[in-house]
Amino acid sequence: MSRLGLLFRRELALAWSGGGGPLLALAFYAGATTLVPLSTGPSVQRLAEIAAGLAWVVLALASLLPLERLFERDFEDGALDLLALGPLPLEAVAAVKCLAQWLAAGAPLALAAPLAAASLGAPLSLAPLILATAAIGGLAFAFVGGLGAALALGSRRGGLLIAVIVGPLLTPPVIFGGGAVAAFASGLPWREGFLFLVAYALAAMALSPIAMAAACRNALS
Amino acid sequence: MIAEVLAHDLALTRGERRLFSGLSFVVRAGEALALTGANGAGKTSLLRAIAGFLAPAAGAITFHGEAGLLESEDARRAHVHLLGHQDGLKSGRRAGDELSFLSLWTGADRAGIEAAVEALELRRVLSLEVRKLSAGQRRRLALARLIASPRALWLLDEPLAPLDTRHRAGFGALMRRHLEAGGLIVAAVHDPLPVEARVVELSP
Repeated sequence: MSRLGLLFRRELALAWSGGGGPLLALAFYAGATTLVPLSTGPSVQRLAEIAAGLAWVVLALASLLPLERLFERDFEDGALDLLALGPLPLEAVAAVKCLAQWLAAGAPLALAAPLAAASLGAPLSLAPLILATAAIGGLAFAFVGGLGAALALGSRRGGLLIAVIVGPLLTPPVIFGGGAVAAFASGLPWREGFLFLVAYALAAMALSPIAMAAACRNALS
Repeated sequence: MIAEVLAHDLALTRGERRLFSGLSFVVRAGEALALTGANGAGKTSLLRAIAGFLAPAAGAITFHGEAGLLESEDARRAHVHLLGHQDGLKSGRRAGDELSFLSLWTGADRAGIEAAVEALELRRVLSLEVRKLSAGQRRRLALARLIASPRALWLLDEPLAPLDTRHRAGFGALMRRHLEAGGLIVAAVHDPLPVEARVVELSP
């Protein structure tokens, strides 16, 4: 267990310094909340309608940003060799990397999401559900995104490849999470969407480490 | 603990190219093996095959302990150090943090890290960021984890290249101590190793 903690602390420090942390979240949401009223027009009612959905779009896009460095920096400087020769299987290493990525980048984004939605005029009663779906959705984004990052290892212009691989896989959680919030806002049943989001996140956490480890082994050979 | 590494009728390919074939050797506890050969002869690839990253095109590499054959995956996880061309150090992190992570990750304790810092004269650079270190200092930092966490088999790729004369001699002494304690070394080199080593020349 101590090795897991050791690796987690290192990954957290790397993710925090390399494009994660509260500043990323604040910059992204500040940009979105100031640009959207400028581009859609200042109709208060329209902004309030799209506020929750917009928070989800920003979450998905911001989650793509740090992915390129997730495995690539360890691959480039040889640290991935050492991680592979450590006491834990690569599957566990990959899962720890994604969890740390989520804590450093996804969690601050999830915390900022209800604020951004509220500042665009979404009702405050939505805030708890936006926070919960953004936190769980961010977990799914981190693991699915890690898969894209591992598959793109060693290719030049990896960021582009990651976006192409990960884009379609981000669609279901956006539909489930954004849908649950929209249903809640209009008084419709929302639990199903929320449960589907949880199921998607759990499936991503269970399956993607296996694929990430296989992709890393392939890149190392 | 690995007591013997055996390569039997080994062949390696990279892409379409056959690097070498029919290579057999054995390294026992207390022995060093120096891999020589022209650029591109497959020295690095052989080291990576022993570390389990490359699958041989033919033949096999096996690890044996005192009590018989070891499971390769477990043996590599617990008993193998690989030091490649790259040091595996993050340029934005402090040297001390990198040394303690890499050493603890490969099984060291605090006392081992202290001993390694002393042995490789790293005390002065521990608080610096890795990017501020010279090539030789980086290499010493990378070598320090071999001393900090005791693993039997050292796979070294040009380990001495960036070091000055004094530190080459110093690391030579550390290699000798490792061999005397029953360790094994396989090193890809162009210059002779500072310890007595059997030479295996790789050629197609």
